Amino acid sequence: MSTAKIKTTYREATRAAIRDALLRDERVFLMGEDVGRYGGCFAVSKGLLDEFGPERIRDTPLSESAFVGAGIGAAMGGARPIVEIMTVNFSLLALDQIVNNAATILHMSGGQFNIPLVIRMTTGAGRQLAAQHSHSLEGWYAHIPGIKVLTPATLEDARGMLWTALEDPDPVLIFENGLLYNMEGELAADAGAVDISKAAIRRSGTNISLITYGGTLFKTLAAAEELGREGIDADVVDLRTLRPLDTATIVDSVSRTHRALIIDEGWKSGSISAEIMARIMENCFYELDAPVARVCSAEVPMPYPKHLEDAAIPQVPGIVTEARRVVTGHE
Amino acid sequence: MPSLGADMQFGTIVDWRVKPGDAVKRGDVVALVETEKGVIEVEIFESGVIESLVVQPGQKVPVGATLATLSGDGKKLEPVTPPAAAAPVKQEIAPAKVATVPAAEESVRLRVSPLARRRAQELGVDLSTIAGTGVDGSITIADVERAAESVKTPTPPAAPAAKGLDIGAMRRVIAAAMARSKREIPHYYLSTTIDLSKALAWLAAENAKRPVTKRLLYSALLIRAVGAALRSTPELNGFWIDNEFKASEGIHIGLAISLRQGGLINPAIHDVDKKNLDELMESMLDLVNRARTGHLRSSELSDGTITVTNLGEQGVETVFGVIYPPQVALVGFGKITERPVAANGMVGARPMIDATLAADHRVSDGHRGGRFLLAIDRLLQEPEKL
Repeated sequence: MSTAKIKTTYREATRAAIRDALLRDERVFLMGEDVGRYGGCFAVSKGLLDEFGPERIRDTPLSESAFVGAGIGAAMGGARPIVEIMTVNFSLLALDQIVNNAATILHMSGGQFNIPLVIRMTTGAGRQLAAQHSHSLEGWYAHIPGIKVLTPATLEDARGMLWTALEDPDPVLIFENGLLYNMEGELAADAGAVDISKAAIRRSGTNISLITYGGTLFKTLAAAEELGREGIDADVVDLRTLRPLDTATIVDSVSRTHRALIIDEGWKSGSISAEIMARIMENCFYELDAPVARVCSAEVPMPYPKHLEDAAIPQVPGIVTEARRVVTGHE
Repeated sequence: MPSLGADMQFGTIVDWRVKPGDAVKRGDVVALVETEKGVIEVEIFESGVIESLVVQPGQKVPVGATLATLSGDGKKLEPVTPPAAAAPVKQEIAPAKVATVPAAEESVRLRVSPLARRRAQELGVDLSTIAGTGVDGSITIADVERAAESVKTPTPPAAPAAKGLDIGAMRRVIAAAMARSKREIPHYYLSTTIDLSKALAWLAAENAKRPVTKRLLYSALLIRAVGAALRSTPELNGFWIDNEFKASEGIHIGLAISLRQGGLINPAIHDVDKKNLDELMESMLDLVNRARTGHLRSSELSDGTITVTNLGEQGVETVFGVIYPPQVALVGFGKITERPVAANGMVGARPMIDATLAADHRVSDGHRGGRFLLAIDRLLQEPEKL
């Protein structure tokens, strides 16, 4: 087993994952807006067109419904498409294809057709891309039976989730938080596929479970460090996969800490954070020593001005304050 | 140290209510004693002047130990001392009851975390005495455990402070008494169904005349009827001690009272047959209040000569009770239900209640037991005479 590490970024790890998949399986191809000549809107696929050619790195027209539909057809036909949608906001144009076709064809065909499709897209705010590009709607997709929803936050998951997703016989959506692309860190040189069925404990603690995923994981970890200096020892759960949700890990953590705070960049109403609260209530109500709480985005379209955008989404001080309130009873 | 319960071996003086030189008369409360059941007020059995206090607050001593000396008419007495620790026989009484009344509703709903509520039950901590420090002032598990801790280690070193109830210990006491009852007492059971229409109609008319605070509960009627019926059935009223039955002069009916913090105790209402309904009602309410605040007197805990269990509020139809040794009988009442009853060729709906008797066959038999239940029935048909 190699322990060699390489310095890399979330963007490079994602690119390495795509490249690896293209090399491993000739049925794999990448398709989406500007993924070829432009190298991807967020430069994730930079250089791949030169290496793999236009058959496997395909630029598409600005028509999410059409190219997601094409991906579904290709998957039915035996290919292993990776479809990139620029942001989750635009994925709504393809919602019909995703929900009414990709998620349901296996059922509607009486089990005849699996759709081994992977759709990647950016999510989240924090880059002043305003209400057109910055919403976090992955929780919506977690509502839909028939698809899996992955939210890689760490370099290991950015590198390792794609291949596992491609091996899955059914549609898998991967949400990459836009703020993470520039995140630097070390990754094992031989990093590869990872399990996608389990949430991960990113920090062990005994006083409160901070449950989060994706872009807010690192804010939550920073908050946990700050809480640690105050003597509040937080357990940080990285959900990793929003559907199917790993209820067992959540329940296990809350049963150890007896308090839970959910941090989610989505809005509160009808959200994945609400779902997590419901599961805690359903499964370990009698373990709770305080009401479950949430830090989520303000229920407004994402503002453009920096100070307003910062104020609208979860931030470290807000997480610390709320966690402190849940643990000590006062802010 | 008096024996304040079945299998009680030790007691801890929490506080003296008298000091040397104080004049006391029979029945005065002289000390507070902590037992597994809670803090009990100990009454003195003799009149005189307190000479010295032998046992200091916080000290735990075996049953039978001398707590204080008393002088009266120049002679020294050792007060307050039924037999010795080894054989806790005389007047022992076991708190036991199979069901608990669902903790008589907190008047203001307390904010308690689910975990804290569960823990409080385990530790036998009274939530209403705790100030919450959690979110919105809610009571957390830490608050409960702190409260339980402070109950265990109060100012006088070893003395569990007021209201401290060890539910585990209480359960063990119940277990010992009930196991002994079923091991030694040959129970027989009788059941009858009593028509309460006259009693309830009389009660409704009577209560309509009374201010709210003076209203009577039907359970007072039942207890009154049991007390009156016992006058003609002495075989059911008393103790089985040293292989023989000792009938009791007084009719002291033990009442099962559930505690908010869990567990049950079974203090007695004295001389039920000599009290009128108002006095009985007052005694009942007083007893329930004091039981729940932990201020019972020793004689109340040890003097019951028979027990009445009313599980009607729990929806129980028929009660088959376990006798509390050394008592020899237990009367059970279920819930009042409207049932179709045929009388004079007509079927009508009547409020009916199942009354049962569990009795010690060494002392009485079904014939006497049956007549006892019949007597209760007859008394309840003439409520105005109760």
